[in-house]
Amino acid sequence: MTDHSDKPSGDSLVEVCGLVVRYGGIAAVQGVDLRIGAGEAVAIVGPNGAGKTSLLSAIAGIVRPSAGTVEVSGRPLAGLALSDVVRQGIALVPEGRNIFGSLTVMENLRLGATPRRDASVAADIDRVFADFPILGERRDQPAGQLSGGEQQMLAIARAMLSKPRLLMLDEPSLGLAPTIVDKVYELLGQIRAQGVALLVVEQNAARAFALADRACVMSRGVFTLTGTPEEIGRHEAFDAAYFGVAMTPTAGAA
Amino acid sequence: MMGQAIQVLVDAVSVGGLYALTALGIGLIFGVMRLINFAHAQLIMIAGYAVLLFFAQSAALAVLGAVVGAVLLALLIERTAFRPLRGADPATLLIASFAVSFFIEKTMIMLVGSRPKGVDFLSALARQVEIAGVRLQLLQLVTILVSVVLLVATTWFLKSTRLGLEMRAAAENFRMAEVLGIRANRVIATAFAISGLLAAAVACLFVAQTGLVQPRMGLQLVIIAFVGTVIGGLGSLPGAAFGGFLVGVATILLQALLPPELRVFREAFLFLAVAVVLVVRPQGLIPARGLKERI
Repeated sequence: MTDHSDKPSGDSLVEVCGLVVRYGGIAAVQGVDLRIGAGEAVAIVGPNGAGKTSLLSAIAGIVRPSAGTVEVSGRPLAGLALSDVVRQGIALVPEGRNIFGSLTVMENLRLGATPRRDASVAADIDRVFADFPILGERRDQPAGQLSGGEQQMLAIARAMLSKPRLLMLDEPSLGLAPTIVDKVYELLGQIRAQGVALLVVEQNAARAFALADRACVMSRGVFTLTGTPEEIGRHEAFDAAYFGVAMTPTAGAA
Repeated sequence: MMGQAIQVLVDAVSVGGLYALTALGIGLIFGVMRLINFAHAQLIMIAGYAVLLFFAQSAALAVLGAVVGAVLLALLIERTAFRPLRGADPATLLIASFAVSFFIEKTMIMLVGSRPKGVDFLSALARQVEIAGVRLQLLQLVTILVSVVLLVATTWFLKSTRLGLEMRAAAENFRMAEVLGIRANRVIATAFAISGLLAAAVACLFVAQTGLVQPRMGLQLVIIAFVGTVIGGLGSLPGAAFGGFLVGVATILLQALLPPELRVFREAFLFLAVAVVLVVRPQGLIPARGLKERI
């Protein structure tokens, strides 16, 4: 595969090399290279079925790559149990948020701190409640009763309680009203300012570009364009790359 | 008349309690693994044989032996049979659970024979006590008490401990629980250990009631309790306990209320009632929220 890796800013936190993810005979990710530096924000955009979620799932340890490697601070993730990936400093907010609807808001947050053994978990949860009063008011209610936007805030806060070095988000704006999306991205901006690296998968390219240091356009399992968001936004091939027509001209737009 | 009604009611509640404990044991494993563990019957059976082994020494030792035996067998089954099948589809798990169940039962028949053996366990509890003019069997009252205590204790464990919280999270969305760092092996082994503990309690009470131990014991309990978990709502623990309780109560009430010539068809009426419940509420009486396995 072509080398689409590019220079990370600062030390390399996560390094993905030649990653291939197959489901049965179908290759969802077909050889991706990606480096994420400490504190760097990277956006991956692309159409439905481009392999973005599969890439994220492989980095999070949910699916095993068929080929290629994922390393965190030089240490390979292969062979680690799924529950140990978060202990390497990688947290995931999956598509659809996946909060525990039958558990209370408080319980969801406590679960977010699972890898931690330090005494400041309670203080950190109090800080979440201070930042998001609505979560504080509803701390003892089942999280399934929250609105979509509140659930997204809860999912992000829950992931942050593991004190990750890299926070990965799959479609954080999906199904949310524009004003709520503003709030979500405002929060992501604050998280970035704390020095946490971000890897955001989005169909909503404009939102992700505004946040990111670097962006990758993914289509049919490969990165078709990488660069700064400005470079990619200006690139005349962007639309084609985004919609996947550049790869196989006969296939037509997605 | 009033006294008779109370006797029937106490009988029904005590049998309901046994089924509720059995259904809870099955429901716990289904919750975290989506596995219907028919080998739960063999946990009850092995605990029964532990009682047989130790009852002559002391009742306390017999109870302890039952708990240790059932918990160890539960952990052994999980480690050797079900852990390698983690994530397999439900049909595979179901067949594996039948295989484990048959394997242990037949092995036991080979080792000790299929003849029932008499056990004079807790016979002091067989006597009647008179409460407010109603004569009741002490063992039934003890059964109710033990059932209530264990249901409350299990609820407390799930609601108030860290491991219980992790189990509830894993039961709702196992994959997400792992993504958050919850260790699957620990949660599943704990669920099996608790199901072993519940099986041991059921075995002790059941053996005390029947005075018999045999390799096939537990099977009837588990099948009826499983029906209870289905009508209660598969995947929901309160549903499992409640469904098991209802089925147990219904069995006794049918026995008491059906005209004598229809009593032999008790089970047919029971399953008819189950079918009606499932037609009206296919998700069960207390359905589980989102039975999700993957993100």
